[in-house]
Order: sequence, then structure tokens, then C-alpha cells
Amino acid sequence: MSSAPPATDRSAARDSQRTALGSSNTGDRVYRAVLTGFAITLPLLLLALLGQLTLSALPAIRRFGFGFLVNSVWDPVAEVFGAAPLIFGTLASSLLALAIAVPLALGVAIFLTEFAPRGIQQPMAFLVELLAAIPSVVYGLWGIFVLIPFLRSWVVPVLKATLGWTPFVQGVFYGNSLLAGAIILAIMVVPYIAAVSREVLLAVPASQREAALALGATRWEAVWTAVVPYGRAGLFGGIILGLGRAIGETMAVTMVIGNRHDIGLSVLAPAYTMAAAIANEFSEATTSLYLSALFEVGLLLFVITVLVNAFARLLIWRVARGTAVGSRAL
Amino acid sequence: MKLHQVRRRLSSALMTAVVAGLAGLTVLALLLILGNLVKEGVTSLDWNFFTRNPVSPGQTGGGVANAIAGTGIVVALAALIGLPVGIGAGLYLADYGSGRLGWLVRFVADVLNGTPSIVIGVFAWTWLVKPMHHFSAAAGGVALAILMIPMITRTTEEMVRLVPHSLREAALALGYQRWRTQLQIVVRTALPGIVTGCLVGLARVAGETAPLLFTALGNVNFSTNVFQPMQTLSLQIYVYATGPFDEWHRLAWAAALVLMALVLLFGVAARRATRSRFADGR
Repeated sequence: MSSAPPATDRSAARDSQRTALGSSNTGDRVYRAVLTGFAITLPLLLLALLGQLTLSALPAIRRFGFGFLVNSVWDPVAEVFGAAPLIFGTLASSLLALAIAVPLALGVAIFLTEFAPRGIQQPMAFLVELLAAIPSVVYGLWGIFVLIPFLRSWVVPVLKATLGWTPFVQGVFYGNSLLAGAIILAIMVVPYIAAVSREVLLAVPASQREAALALGATRWEAVWTAVVPYGRAGLFGGIILGLGRAIGETMAVTMVIGNRHDIGLSVLAPAYTMAAAIANEFSEATTSLYLSALFEVGLLLFVITVLVNAFARLLIWRVARGTAVGSRAL
Repeated sequence: MKLHQVRRRLSSALMTAVVAGLAGLTVLALLLILGNLVKEGVTSLDWNFFTRNPVSPGQTGGGVANAIAGTGIVVALAALIGLPVGIGAGLYLADYGSGRLGWLVRFVADVLNGTPSIVIGVFAWTWLVKPMHHFSAAAGGVALAILMIPMITRTTEEMVRLVPHSLREAALALGYQRWRTQLQIVVRTALPGIVTGCLVGLARVAGETAPLLFTALGNVNFSTNVFQPMQTLSLQIYVYATGPFDEWHRLAWAAALVLMALVLLFGVAARRATRSRFADGR
């Protein structure tokens, strides 16, 4: 025993463990091979998606080059395509949605983890998660028949009276608009941001809170100066995850945003998003270049959401290693 | 000094009220949406609605029997394709997922989870609809399966990881081979959790519209042929809600209520099932 170097000892132990676990018999090898096959499907799927979209988008990429991103003319008849209004509309609606959703979601998360009585924590968390279970098309339906009439009679008059002098509240409100799209999006992403934020705040060690309270902080000061800063990276990750959701959301936005290839500052004006353009125009695309342009929009959308999601995941993983935070939302 | 403390207490109370208000507002939004769905939809739910097919525009009456059947068929197809792959990949992550491939698969699953569903619809169109030269329910099923796989993968992994190591070790100590240990002991123990994950995944894709726009397409007639276009509730709601007729809007609300009820039934039942088994409180 004493003569054998420890390294050999350990590898021998590993070998004997391997045979004890039986990973060298046929059944185990087959089992592992089958599972590996299923697992590899996912990266392959990602590659196939990326490859196919790029391939289909090539004609448009070759024809328009970088100009596709900055050109704002979208004329299927003349076969001139520029996606700037779509990119602008996607960013504008998503960022506006985040501006509404982030306070709501952080409010939910902070209230549930720090202030809510024990009895209402679970039911309330469940209700907020239910928002994620409502199908997109149902949000769209609600947007058309409830939200837009409400905006028309209550919100838009107030906005015009108070902010009517800014370039952001100009023109006639026809109903379908950037504002309607952003509000629907905001309601849709709140459950995702809230779920991640809540898990992040729950993961903050109690000692953070207790230390602040022991130093004489009020409850809110403890939350705001000790708990929230500790979970900052994870909260930011949750918000970015919400951004990814908002950018890729299709049906509800298509139904209320107005679908017009315009770049305008006014939130009352119709706009368009990348996802909505694909949903709306893909089946109407009569020429191969038109189709290819839509594929390029899809490729852009895909790459943007993958990057945004990857960034968010890395941030969240740093806080809660390996757990599927946020993906448990119904 | 004293004034200062009063101010701090007051601001603490104020901010508590603010976050409570924000949380209340969020729940209010949910209740409003569900309330509207019930109020607008429930009056149209009658026997005809569930048993008849749509009638021509302008006529009144008719139902969504074709869409209800179609939703069932497309979702079943998605389950047939998506569940084995998702569960298999999830088992891989739980059993062998500590290496580099495990990291990659986990990361890709999380990234795919956030992929816009419309992109997956376009992808399915390119690979299935275009080569076959016509829209089909099968293509829709594949699109939904792709959407579902990453979700199922992650929940399966989580559920299998919850199984205590002692169970695994006991089986191995009794001389069970590893694969039999996994399938007969570990998976069996985690089965309620895995089933729950699958139900939640199915509930999620049952409400999807975007991946079906260019695959299942929709169909005004009753059809059970998976190689032909097929109607689903979600597609029906989209068409009816954006159409010009009041009668369509009425049916859209009713269909939305049915779809929502379906999704909730799956989802809530599934969640209740897990919660009682693995009371992890999250």
C-alpha cells in the first residue's frame, strides 16, 4: 500500500468503480448512446436553424448587403427591401414594454420575497405566473377588443393633455399603435422577469438582510441597499430575458401594433416588428427575393434573440448555477 | 435626528405600499383578462359551438368542432415527436450531463427556449412544407415539437435530479446495471414530475399560433388527415379576431375561453400533481 504512488491508487479506484457501475456492458453502452443521440439533437437543431435561415436569406444578403439594416424602404413591387423600420419598431416596442414591465415585475418580486404575508406569497406568485400561461393570440384578442378601446377613451386623452407637446405623443390615434403593442408586450413579459427576479432575491443570503437591519436600516433600506444590490446581476439577467421574450413575441404584437413600415417617434402611430412582418407577409411573399428578405429578417431576429438570451442566461447562471430559473414559468 | 428617523420610517412605509401596489396592479391585469374572457366568451358556449363546423362569413351560428379536434391532433403529433427527444435529452443531462457536452446541451436548451416561435414556424415551412408542396398538420406538429423539446429537456433533468442518490446507490449495490437502475428506479421515482413537465409543455404549445401559420395553415372544414391543412383553436382565434364580422368576434372570444380553459386545465392539474409530491415550495 505504502509503495504505490497515490495517483495510480486513485485511477485504479476509478477503474474499479467504473466496472462496478457497469458502464462497460452492452446495455449501458446502448443506453448511453441513445440518450446521447437525443441530447445531440438540441445543438444540431440550433445549427440547422441557423444554417437554413442563413441559406434562405443569402439572395437578400447578397443583393442588399449591409444596406438591408439601414434602408427604410420596403417595396415588394419594386423588390427593394430595407428592414430599418422593422428593427426600429422591434426595439422601440420592446424597450417601451420593458420600461413598463420592469417596475411591475420588480415590484412583484420585492413584494413577494420581502413584504408579503406568508399566506399570500404562494397564491400571488401563482397568479403572476398564470400570465405566462395565457396564449399570445388571446392577448392579441384582448388587446384588440379591450385594451385599445380603453386606451382610446381614457389613456390617449390624458397623454395628449400632458405630453401632447413632445414628439412622442403626436398625430391621430387609430387604435393599432406602438403604444398598444408595448403595453400588451409589457403584460406578457412581466411573469418572466418577476419569476427570475423572485428566485434571485430568494437566493440572497439572509445575513445580507439581517446585517442591514442590525445596523439600524428600515425594512425598505435593507431591501434597497443590501438585498437588491446583492442580486443585481441576476435581476439584470431577468430583465434581459424579458427583453428577449419581447423581441421575439409575434401574435399579440401583430394583432395590435398596426403593421406599417414606418419609423416614427410618436407612440400613437402604427409601427411594425420583425416577428410581425414575418407572420404577416410570409404567405404573401410572391417573389423569391421577397421571401429571401423575410428570411433575412428571421435570421436577424433569431441571431438577436439568441445573443440576448445567451447573455441573460450567463448572468442568471452566475447567480443560480445550473438551475433552470425562469423556465419553470407555466 | 428624530425628524430624520420619522422621514426614513415614512419612506419605508411608502415604498412598501408602492411595491404592494405594483404587485396588485399585475394581478389586476390577469384578473381583467380572465374576467373579460369569461364575460365575453361564456354566453356563446353551447352545444352547437362544440359540435358544429364554421359557417360561411355573414351567416350566424356554427361552431369550432374542427378547430378543437385539430388542436388535439396537432398537439398529439407534437407530443409523439417532442416528448421522446425531450425526455431522452433530459435524462442524458441528469445522468451524464456533467461534461462539456452536457454544458453545451443545457445552454442550447435554454437558448432555444427563448427562440421566437415564428422563426421555428418558418424553419418548419422550409424543411417540411416546401419540399412536400403543401401545408400539413404534420408540419405543424413538428414545429410545435421543436418548440417543446428544450422545455421538456430542462424539466425532465430537474425532476430526475430530485431523486435521492441513496435510491440509485441501493439499486447499484444490489447489482442492477446502470441503465436498468436509471430506467426502473430513478425514472420511475421521478415519473410524476416528468409527466408534469410534459403536461406543462403541452399546455404551452397548445396555445401557440405563430409556428402554425405556415405549417398547419388552418382549414374551414373538419379534417383528420395529418398530411392536409388543419384548423386549430389558436389559428381560428387569430382569423376570427382580426376579421370584420361581429359574429366572428363573438366566436373568437368563445374559442379563446375554451383554449384558455384547456391550457389552464393541463397546466394547473400538472402543477398540483408535482407540488404534492415534491413540495419544494418554489
